[in-house]
Amino acid sequence: MIKTIVSSNLPVDELFRIRKNVLTNGSAQKRFCVVSGTHGDELEGQMVCYELGKIIGENMDLLNGSVEIYPALNPLGIDTIQRGIPNFDLDMNRIFPGDPQGSMAEQTAYLITEDLKGSNMVIDIHSSNLFLREQPQVRINVLNEKELVPFAEKLNIDFIWVHDAATVLEATLAHSLNSTGTPCLVVEMGVGQRINHGMCRQLEKGIFQLMFDMGIWKKSPDEMDIFNEVESHKAMLCKGDTVEFLNAEKSGIFLTEKKAGENIHKGELIGEIVSPLEGKIISTVLAPCDGYLFTIRAYPVVYEGSLMARIFKQ
Amino acid sequence: MKKEIIFEMTSPYRDKFRIQAYQFGSGEPSVAIVGTMRGDEIHQQYICSQIVNRLKSIERHNRICDGKSVLVIPSCNPFSLNVSRRFWAMDSTDINRMFPGYDKGETTQRIAAAIFKAVEKYEYGMQLSSFYIPGNFIPHVRMLDTGYQDNESAKLFGLPYVSTYKPKPFDTTLLNYNWQIWNTKAFSIYGGETNTINPKNSEQTINAVLRFLFKIGVLNSDVSFPAYESVCFDETILTNLKAPQSGIFVRLKEAGENVKKGESIAKIIDPYEGDVIEEIISPINATVFFVYNKPLTLQNAILFKLLKQN
Repeated sequence: MIKTIVSSNLPVDELFRIRKNVLTNGSAQKRFCVVSGTHGDELEGQMVCYELGKIIGENMDLLNGSVEIYPALNPLGIDTIQRGIPNFDLDMNRIFPGDPQGSMAEQTAYLITEDLKGSNMVIDIHSSNLFLREQPQVRINVLNEKELVPFAEKLNIDFIWVHDAATVLEATLAHSLNSTGTPCLVVEMGVGQRINHGMCRQLEKGIFQLMFDMGIWKKSPDEMDIFNEVESHKAMLCKGDTVEFLNAEKSGIFLTEKKAGENIHKGELIGEIVSPLEGKIISTVLAPCDGYLFTIRAYPVVYEGSLMARIFKQ
Repeated sequence: MKKEIIFEMTSPYRDKFRIQAYQFGSGEPSVAIVGTMRGDEIHQQYICSQIVNRLKSIERHNRICDGKSVLVIPSCNPFSLNVSRRFWAMDSTDINRMFPGYDKGETTQRIAAAIFKAVEKYEYGMQLSSFYIPGNFIPHVRMLDTGYQDNESAKLFGLPYVSTYKPKPFDTTLLNYNWQIWNTKAFSIYGGETNTINPKNSEQTINAVLRFLFKIGVLNSDVSFPAYESVCFDETILTNLKAPQSGIFVRLKEAGENVKKGESIAKIIDPYEGDVIEEIISPINATVFFVYNKPLTLQNAILFKLLKQN
C-alpha cells in the first residue's frame, strides 16, 4: 500500500509528496524500514528499493511483519539531479530530527523522523557522491557500536566503519533515530549518479538475511533462487585511528587504475595527478601503508585537498 | 596597510585561488573582519571593500591607536563569486560549514583552516553574513548563544538590534561558533540584503563597524554617525509567520517597517488565475525583523519574523 507521509503544495500546480510502500503480512508486529534518496544524486537505493518491493510483493506469504520502503526522502533533489533540496542551503542530512516550526525542509525532516520512530530497524542507503566510489559498507557512530555492529554484520557488506562522534553529525537521520532508540544503519556504496547492480544485489541479500534473522522474513536468502549468483561477504571491522585519507596535494586531473575493494601494499601506485596542458605528471600518489582500499576517487578533476582514496590500514 | 595572501591554491585551469587579507595598524590582534564566504554575498563584499577603503584613509590620518591592529578579509571565496555560485563551485560545499577547518583535509576544509589560522588570535571577530533562508533583515548584530556571547560589546555597534540564538548541531561548524569557543568575541553582522547592493543599508553597516572600532579603542577619533541604543533579544521571542499556501508572494511590508495587529502585510496569489488566495495578517503590533524576498513561496515557508512592540 502506498502511503503519503509528507504532502505540501509547490508554488505552481504541483504537489510535493514523500511516499512509502507499506508491505504487511502475518502476525508479527515488527517493522523494518528501508529509506533512501536523502541526497538526490545517490541512486543505488533506487534499485534496492525497487527489487525489495518486487521480491516481497511476489512472496508476501514469506513476510511476517511490516516492511516499509521509502525510496525518495528528497524527491525534488532526485528529479533535478541535485544532492540537496532545491532552493535550500543546508544538506538535508544535517537538519534532522527537523523542526515542526522551521522551514519547509525542516518540517519535512521532522515528519520523516516521526514516521520512522519506533521501527525495529531502519536501513538508510547512501551512494557516496559524484566524486568517490565506495565499497559496500556500513558506517556507525562509535556511540552506537555495541548495539549496531551485530546488525551490520548481517548485511552482507564488505566493511564496517565505526567512526568518531562529531557534533555536526548529531543532525543526521541515523543519529536522530539511534539516539531515540530506533536502530538505524547507514549504508554507503557505489558512486553518485550511477547504479552498480552487483552492489545492490549484494546489499539486498544482506537485507533479507537481516530480516530473516529478525523473524520478519521466513526464508534464508541462501535458499532464495534470486540470490544464487550473489556471493556472501564477511565484513571487515574498522575502528579507531585505522583509516588513512589520501588528499590531493596538487590540483589537476587524477588518473587511476585502482578499484575500490583491492588490497594494496605500502609504496604501491594509487594514481597520478597530471597536467593535460603541459603533458606532465604533477603528483604521484603512492599508498602510505598496507591495507584495504575501500574508497577511490571516481571524478577525475581534483583541487588541492580533494579526497582521492581511503585505506583501511592493516 | 599591508596586503597579505593568507591562502593560495592552484586550479586545474583557472587562475590561482587566493584569499587576500588587509592589515591595518600594528600590534596586538584586535579585530578581524571577514567578508564574503559565499558567492552570492555581493552586499557583504561591497561593505567589506568600503571598510577597507575607509580604513586606508583612517590609517593615513594616523587615527588607528598604537599597538592595535585590524585584519580585513573582503572575500574568502572569489572563485564562487566569479562564476555566480553560492557555494564552492567544485563540490557545492559551504566554507562557512567547515570550521575550524583541517589543513590536511578536503579543499574547503583547508580553506577554512587557513582563514581560521589567520583570524583566531583576534580579540574581536566580525563576519558579514547571509541567512540560510533568502530574505531581508533589519541591520543587526547576531550572536550564537554559547555562553561566550557578549551582549554589551555587541551593543557598541549601535545597530538597532542585537539578537542571540541557541546553536543547532549544524551550527557548530560555523566560523562564529568556533571563534567563540576559541575565545574571540564573535559577531555576525547582517546588513540587510545578500546579492544586491543597498547603499543606504551599507552605509549604516560600515558606520557601525567603524563605531565599534572606536568604542573598543582601536580608532582614536569617532568617524561615524549617531547610533541606536541597541535592543537585545533572544530570537525565540520572534513571531514567525508562515505561508498557509504556496503561490506568488507579494510582500506589502519591508524589513524595518512597523505593522499593526490585523493589518494585511502580504498576499499570496494563485499563479494561474490571479486570485488572492491568502492574505497574511499580522497577529500583533510589531516591527518586521525579517521578510522573505523571493517571488514564489512554498507552503509553510517562513515569510516574516516579527518583533513584538511593547
